Amino acid sequence: MQISARHADQTTIFDVSGDIDLANSPAVRKALLSEVREKRTPRVVMNLSKVRYIDSSGVASLVEGLKACRDLNLRFILFGLSPSAREVLQLSRLLKIFEVYDNEDQALAS
Amino acid sequence: MKTVKPSRQLDSNGLPALRDGLLLKLHLHSDPKLLCVVRGALERLTEVLGFSPSDCRSVTRAVDEALTNIMRHCYHGRIDQPIEVSCRRLPRRASSGEGLEILLSDRGPAVDPAKLRGRRLDEIKPGGLGLHFIRQSMDTVEYQRGRGVNRFRMVKYFQHTGSPNC
Repeated sequence: MQISARHADQTTIFDVSGDIDLANSPAVRKALLSEVREKRTPRVVMNLSKVRYIDSSGVASLVEGLKACRDLNLRFILFGLSPSAREVLQLSRLLKIFEVYDNEDQALAS
Repeated sequence: MKTVKPSRQLDSNGLPALRDGLLLKLHLHSDPKLLCVVRGALERLTEVLGFSPSDCRSVTRAVDEALTNIMRHCYHGRIDQPIEVSCRRLPRRASSGEGLEILLSDRGPAVDPAKLRGRRLDEIKPGGLGLHFIRQSMDTVEYQRGRGVNRFRMVKYFQHTGSPNC
């Protein structure tokens, strides 16, 4: 799993690739929370188009990112969900809680 | 008291026949880095058995989440503890169809059955989702403790009417 951040126009975009599971969800959580709390860019976007699998610990990291953004009045956006990632958000009834788009253009135009 | 061992049956090639529909057995350490290895094996096994893509993902997810629970809650993050994964084909019975049974065994402390219920989903908070995913993904989920071993059994039945591919 790899995670990196890009910054553009009041937005931080995290590009994540690989599976997010117990082995690496702490790294996602750490990167996300430190960026949100230190940079406080108004819009935080997670590019998940290269993530094939997310487990419950990965979902928990996304929820923590969402809550941290809400606490600071920032937007938290996901795009590029794989079928598996979409299913776990549906199973946990979180799909409607997150702001989700199909691709980066849609996410940045929102 | 005498223990009578069953005679070893041979298949048409003269090799020991696979007993009880055993398809795959994995022994692994409780290292989260190995979760992707088990997911890969389960993805291929469920594909070969003819499960739908959605059911392949469900079975793989359930096994991954159950192993995650063992690593976190039974072994408390120790990465050198033993876990066994056994996958068997269940024959069609009068009361149920053909299916895939997955049995996970570990030697951690006994699990409190009250903690196997999972949490309510009406709160937006991190954590506590793994058991919910398992129950949503599998047809049968059972836990047993015996002789110092936790056994977590899950079954997924085939949805199609034909026979599995192996």
